[in-house]
Amino acid sequence: MKRVKKPVFFVVLLLIVALVYTSFFGVYGQNGDFKETYIKGAGDIRWGIDIRGGVEATFSPADGVEATTEQLNAAKEIIETRMVSNSITDYEIYTDPTNNRIIVRFPWRSDEENFDPEEAINELAATAQLTFREGKEYESTEYGEDGNIVYRTPSGTTAENVILEGSDVVSATPAMTQDESTGEYQYVVSLQLSEEGKEKFAEATERLVGQTISIWMDDVMISYPTVNEAITNGECSITGDFTSEEATQLANQIQAGALPFALQVSSFSSMPPTLGTQALNAMMLAGIIAFVVISVLMIGIFRLPGVVAVISLAGQVGLCIAAISGYFPFINSYTTTLPGLAGIVLSIGMGVDANVISASRIREELRNGKTLDGALKLGFSESFWAIFDGNITTLIVAVMLMGVFGPSNILSIIFGESTTGAIFSFGFTLLVGIIGNFIMGMTATRLMTLSLAGFKGLHKKWLFGGARGDE
Amino acid sequence: MNEKTYRFHFYQNKKIYFTISIVLLVVGILASIVVGPKLDIQFAGGSMILYSVDGGQVDASGVESAVTEAVGRDCEVSISQDITTGGEQVTVSFSGNQAMTPEEQTHVTETLQSTYSDLTFELLSSSSVEASMGARFFQKCLVCFVITAVFLLLYITLRFRKIGGLSAGVTAVIALMHDVLIAFCVFVVCGLDIDDVFIAVILTILGYSLNATIVVYDRVRENRRKLGPKVGYDEILNLSLNQTLGRTVLTSLCTFLSLVVVLIVALIFNIETVVSFALPMMAGVAAGCFSSQCIAPNLFCLWQIHKRNKLDAARRKA
Repeated sequence: MKRVKKPVFFVVLLLIVALVYTSFFGVYGQNGDFKETYIKGAGDIRWGIDIRGGVEATFSPADGVEATTEQLNAAKEIIETRMVSNSITDYEIYTDPTNNRIIVRFPWRSDEENFDPEEAINELAATAQLTFREGKEYESTEYGEDGNIVYRTPSGTTAENVILEGSDVVSATPAMTQDESTGEYQYVVSLQLSEEGKEKFAEATERLVGQTISIWMDDVMISYPTVNEAITNGECSITGDFTSEEATQLANQIQAGALPFALQVSSFSSMPPTLGTQALNAMMLAGIIAFVVISVLMIGIFRLPGVVAVISLAGQVGLCIAAISGYFPFINSYTTTLPGLAGIVLSIGMGVDANVISASRIREELRNGKTLDGALKLGFSESFWAIFDGNITTLIVAVMLMGVFGPSNILSIIFGESTTGAIFSFGFTLLVGIIGNFIMGMTATRLMTLSLAGFKGLHKKWLFGGARGDE
Repeated sequence: MNEKTYRFHFYQNKKIYFTISIVLLVVGILASIVVGPKLDIQFAGGSMILYSVDGGQVDASGVESAVTEAVGRDCEVSISQDITTGGEQVTVSFSGNQAMTPEEQTHVTETLQSTYSDLTFELLSSSSVEASMGARFFQKCLVCFVITAVFLLLYITLRFRKIGGLSAGVTAVIALMHDVLIAFCVFVVCGLDIDDVFIAVILTILGYSLNATIVVYDRVRENRRKLGPKVGYDEILNLSLNQTLGRTVLTSLCTFLSLVVVLIVALIFNIETVVSFALPMMAGVAAGCFSSQCIAPNLFCLWQIHKRNKLDAARRKA
């Protein structure tokens, strides 16, 4: 058997302690007035709306209209613009073209005393007011989430003189044109107007050559192009220094104002934050008690391997917390819901299994009369495939859950995009628990046990589950 | 330890185990039919609003008539006690599977507030799902379940091809369905709603009980290799089951105890989602422990012995 050196135990132990400590408490620094986060701790976990409270709503076109993917994207654009203008920034939004709907989730705002979920949802679903107005006078400005200035509420001539409304626009699409003089390609938004819109626009552009026509969604200005020439044929393009994304976004926003359907709320639910925090603390408590119960059981039954099992289990809990808090920069931190937490508690139970299988195999070999070294070698090698197969089958379940109930992926073609974050979160923590099992329950346990067996004082059969008084 | 003397004669006692399972299933299914499964509005569609009431008592019939009059739809009202705060909670659920609009919800709140003007109604939570959306979600869950089962069957058949992979796979899946059915009965008999938590529970049991069955089959595979083809399947089975018994029981016990802790805490703090997760899960773990130790391997063994007898008979004829 390949010997594992004595210090290995302490190295693994130290690594696990460091992981557990940092994953719970994080690593922060102070940079002037700003708190800098080097490693995210348990406090940085993004909880789902069932924990911190919030609103989930599903919008679909009213009167059973089947919307195209472009129309849904345009509608999503309206909702996003409105959420940002209501300073709801931490939202999730999905379009689900297969099922003809849009799903929105956003948390309760912490500064909001009398938050009215019904009103908020109605506001999001209201038909967008798209207007083309003369000039670009506005009442106030504020800074948006991305640092750009948001111009709000038309005033003066701009308020009085509406040139076009959403119904006058037939379509708005992003396009690419070649500049005739420089030969460079640029992104533009091309507009097509209705008969009525054509006349109104022709009149206005003739009058306003060289001046600005601003485009507004509700009371936010989304663009303010300058009129280069009179446009009489009802087709024009908005040029500017657009990137491909900007052109697409603006086209979607304008298109949204011209949607041929209204949005209706097909399902919504709201949860208060108080219920959530309480539940969260309760689940934390449950996790701690469950851990203590298992520790007592494991040490009582397996002695030394039991102690090792508890250490590697702690490591596994650390890994789970780390995976949901965004500890590792390369793993996206997903929103964690209550079932997700239940998945962690469950994965502690599953993690125990790997330790139980190998420890009871070692004990069995000892009682069959093997030497300690022989029993350890056999115990780990023979139990490997049982643990492996068991974990792979659970992995299949976890991956299926994430695939079917998660955001966009290959399976979305069949199933459409996410409906419930809860099941996805459960699948994710289960998956992390299984990966933790391979790292901790299999590798770390084995290294620590073999290394400990190298100590003379610990090289005793009864410490590993053999009969007392044996050697 | 002498390998010929076992503590438990699993194969010889197979009829007892099968009887226990069948009785449990029959009783469970009958009870489920009597109680009737309750589809959550997530699947069936419908709407529900939960309020906390401050400042006094309300009566269910009063609330019911006020809301029915205001909205023009029949509703059901139940009043419960919030254990943590001691206050009252009122649940208004509209009958039928129609979703409600946010306006209707506002209307209900206003009506209650004006009917009981000396009390304060605070909206705790609400949900409203359109029937067709619920049905689609249910379909998705079913398809997910079937695909997962097929993948598992494939994996087991492949991994255990040395000991008759297909028979191992099929019997493992039969044991799974057994556990899933039991968890389902617990869900129904306890009056818990069939919702997305139910799906999460079913899928966890699926993976978890399979894990236990696989540990047993792994041992059978190992003993088959060690003892050679001459030793009968019943003997290999008994040996393997006695060897894995300790592990199966201990792991199940650990998981079961964790779930007990979770359940107690969830009950104390009145967290419904977690209660409806932990309770059926406990039944599933217990059923999984039993089925992977007593049902799946015995079915597997019967299959193998049957196959061997048929082979022998064919050989005699030739």
